Amino acid sequence: MTHISVKVDGTTYEDDVEPRLLLIHYLRDRLGLTGTPIGCDTTSCGSCTVELDGTAVKSCTVLAVQADGCEVTTVQGLAHDGDWTALQRAFHERHALQCGYCTPGMIMAARDLLREHPHPTPDEVRHGLEGNLCRCTGYQNIVRAVLDVSEEEVTA
Amino acid sequence: MSETVEREVGRARTRKEDAHLITGQTNWTDNISVNGLLHLSILRSPMAHARIDRVDVSAALELPGVIAAFSGRDLAEAMGSLPCAWPVAEDTVVPDHPPIAVDEVRYAGDPVAVVVARDRYTAADALEAIEVDYTPLPAVLDIEGSLAEGTALVHSDKGTNRCYDYHSASGDYAAAKARADVVVTRRYHQQRLIPTAMEPRAVVVTPLAASGDFTLYSSTQIPHVLRVLLAVTTGIPENKIRVVAPDVGGGFGSKLQVYGEEVITLVLAKRLGRPLKWTESRSEANVATHHGRSQVQDIEIAARSDGTVLGLKVSLLADMGAYLMLLSPGIPVLGASMYPAIYKMGAYDFSCTGVFTNRTPIDAYRGAGRPEATYAIERIMDDLAAELGMDPVDLRRHNWIRHEEFPYTTIAGLTYDSGNYEAATDKALALFDYDKLRAEQADRVDHGDTVRLGIGVSTYTEMCGLAPSRWLGEMRYAAGGWEAASIRVLPTGKVEVVTGTSPHGQGHVTSWSQIAADALGVPFEDVEVMHGDTMLAPHGMDTYGSRSLVIGGVAVHEAARKVVDKARKVAAHLLEASEADLDFADGAFTVKGSPEARKTIQEVAFAAFASHDLPDGMEPSINAEHVLDPDTFSFPHGTHLCAVEVDTETGAVHIRSYVCVDDVGKVINPMIVEGQLHGGIAQGIAQALYEEALYDEDGNLVTGTLADYLVPGAPDLPEFVTDRTETPATSNPLGVKGVGEAGTIASTPAVVNAVVDALRPFGVQDIRMPCTPERVWQAVRSGKETSA
Repeated sequence: MTHISVKVDGTTYEDDVEPRLLLIHYLRDRLGLTGTPIGCDTTSCGSCTVELDGTAVKSCTVLAVQADGCEVTTVQGLAHDGDWTALQRAFHERHALQCGYCTPGMIMAARDLLREHPHPTPDEVRHGLEGNLCRCTGYQNIVRAVLDVSEEEVTA
Repeated sequence: MSETVEREVGRARTRKEDAHLITGQTNWTDNISVNGLLHLSILRSPMAHARIDRVDVSAALELPGVIAAFSGRDLAEAMGSLPCAWPVAEDTVVPDHPPIAVDEVRYAGDPVAVVVARDRYTAADALEAIEVDYTPLPAVLDIEGSLAEGTALVHSDKGTNRCYDYHSASGDYAAAKARADVVVTRRYHQQRLIPTAMEPRAVVVTPLAASGDFTLYSSTQIPHVLRVLLAVTTGIPENKIRVVAPDVGGGFGSKLQVYGEEVITLVLAKRLGRPLKWTESRSEANVATHHGRSQVQDIEIAARSDGTVLGLKVSLLADMGAYLMLLSPGIPVLGASMYPAIYKMGAYDFSCTGVFTNRTPIDAYRGAGRPEATYAIERIMDDLAAELGMDPVDLRRHNWIRHEEFPYTTIAGLTYDSGNYEAATDKALALFDYDKLRAEQADRVDHGDTVRLGIGVSTYTEMCGLAPSRWLGEMRYAAGGWEAASIRVLPTGKVEVVTGTSPHGQGHVTSWSQIAADALGVPFEDVEVMHGDTMLAPHGMDTYGSRSLVIGGVAVHEAARKVVDKARKVAAHLLEASEADLDFADGAFTVKGSPEARKTIQEVAFAAFASHDLPDGMEPSINAEHVLDPDTFSFPHGTHLCAVEVDTETGAVHIRSYVCVDDVGKVINPMIVEGQLHGGIAQGIAQALYEEALYDEDGNLVTGTLADYLVPGAPDLPEFVTDRTETPATSNPLGVKGVGEAGTIASTPAVVNAVVDALRPFGVQDIRMPCTPERVWQAVRSGKETSA
């Protein structure tokens, strides 16, 4: 067992964990933060994407011990007092989700993309979301949602 | 007071479903936890076919935290065979299908043993500790070779790898062929696909020992059907089992199933008296969740030299995989009625042979039989056009059912109620700029451009509304095709809609709210829709095969109509008027000629709740239920056009533009319809260009993870241009037709037609799906060599 201290969605947790415990299982099984789902076991689908110290990571590929001393943001840490972020609103308004399973990972990946490229082209959005798979939407509405947010910032 | 309320049907309402999904307040099955929850894991066969000589779980049992471990033999008596509900032919061979293999494993992934432990990591350790001795047996991997003399048997007790033969014919195909100027014969391959819903499957069972009640949560599309079949399979009475489908992360047919894991988890929760959870990993899903397609299609079309189609002959070899799942034999036969598609012809001959192989079982996937049928007819229409030197659109125009000919009964025996293929096609061609693209294509050929342009068309129809119960009975399907809806108007005037459909991304809550709001004249926001729980919604046939709107949605409308009928009686009594004198509009009853004499439906609901002053003999409720059994199917249609650029030097295919005009009848929510189309088109393109489940020579799935199985990502897909025409269905009061599988059905042939079209100058007639760069390159190369 290894002792870790991680700040997740604004709350600091102290825990003893097995060194092999994946961050996604730590979040889901130990902390009960089940907003981030698991879609694969090969870092291919992106459903489990969270932010680790401000950078999007696939939490099935990070050990909980690697998050020691770090700050983690999950989709559950985005909306405060029912106030959705611009991306969450855009996903809703653009019908950028159907079953919604990939949505938390998509939103977290899109945040990272927009931080790196605040005003991406549609192609840049598609390439930026390459690591996140969706089976329902054909991606078109997801791309529109991300572009909406970038335009929102331009006009703001 | 009398300003017109905006109708809900037809509005692009954002979804009620989204709020919890975009904030992570979700209820996926794997999210469910209860005190004392234990984890169940399954050891799977690493071999395609082997005798099980010994299973030793003793070392696993010694690990700290392991509660129990069992072999298939330990549990054989507690579990019945997994059900097949669709033995399409009288003599269909239905092998025993134990949830855990007992004596023999028949595909790589077949369950061999099960462990229960305090957490998933301990359970994973325990699987490693189980010892199994196998004696390898020869594996049957080739669909075409499966019936050859001397081939090994997947089920030796059955003496054959033949599951069934099915034949139907209408008109005299041999005579049609004899009269034909041209006969085109092709063999198409429907590669095996892995459904890959983003949520892997999961099951949680919580037992209540004292009463013998069980709640089973499952990522299923079919909670109602599952409940019945769990009772049949385990002997636990149906009225002791509650099945809940919480948030379900996609299904596409792969969760239209009674899976062994559901049976195993229920049986072991009962035996151990503890709550259990099983969650599939993705690499487990790729072998353990049923696959789709996997057919060899021999197609022959006979036509006159002017393009008039005279007859069609279809002969299929359909892979069942190692066992029959719920619907396996029925899927190819479901497609049988769709091969003649939208074309008039005088003769049609269909036959199908189902065969067993040592691979993961096959069952319904995204269109289930209908994409396969549409692919074959739309591909061979292109090949026929090429043979005749006709434009493929002109050939279709020459043969399709004209708008004024509806209703039209096809050679396959289906009666299409309405359609307008001309309108959809003309609109699509204009959006696509067809003539300009054809000119560019010719130009590139003239200049010997190494990057060729190809244009593909697909004028499809879908068969939605699965299905009239009588038809299902005739097809030897074990259950009906009805759907239930009930509506409760609460004392405050808020409305609860209970539906038997079980959505997993389709937006039923929003669409059903729109339907109910319009029918009752209540605000959209006042409607709640409940589903997916056999305790809340006791009657249902669930969601698959593009049936939900056409049957379930229409049932909501009919239940609302019954509510209004009951409310009218109460309102007439309260207003001291005759029912015939009442108008109902915008949620209020008014007396004809005196609009001030008015009762809203909310006021009526409260009066029915208080029951102080109801008509004599009336029961104190305006709630209603409607169970709808459709008379017929519905037939959306459309025209999909795809332009591809094919690099003849690398084999790379780039989709340059994709345009579709679909006619799904009356549209409830255009935004949801468009979204469904986008996702479906993406899957259709994926079959055309990317996805294929591949096995090695020993029967191991080599595309066992998402790192190997190529699900397209955002950069792999183009923008789709979608538009629509609207020809209402005449077979239901809403005029709706359904849309769930349209994109998948239409797009695969459009894309492959485009790829082949680009390469026809090289003598290429067909490219096997998926049209990978290697296959395209090989086709160009062998074409060049042939023509040299």
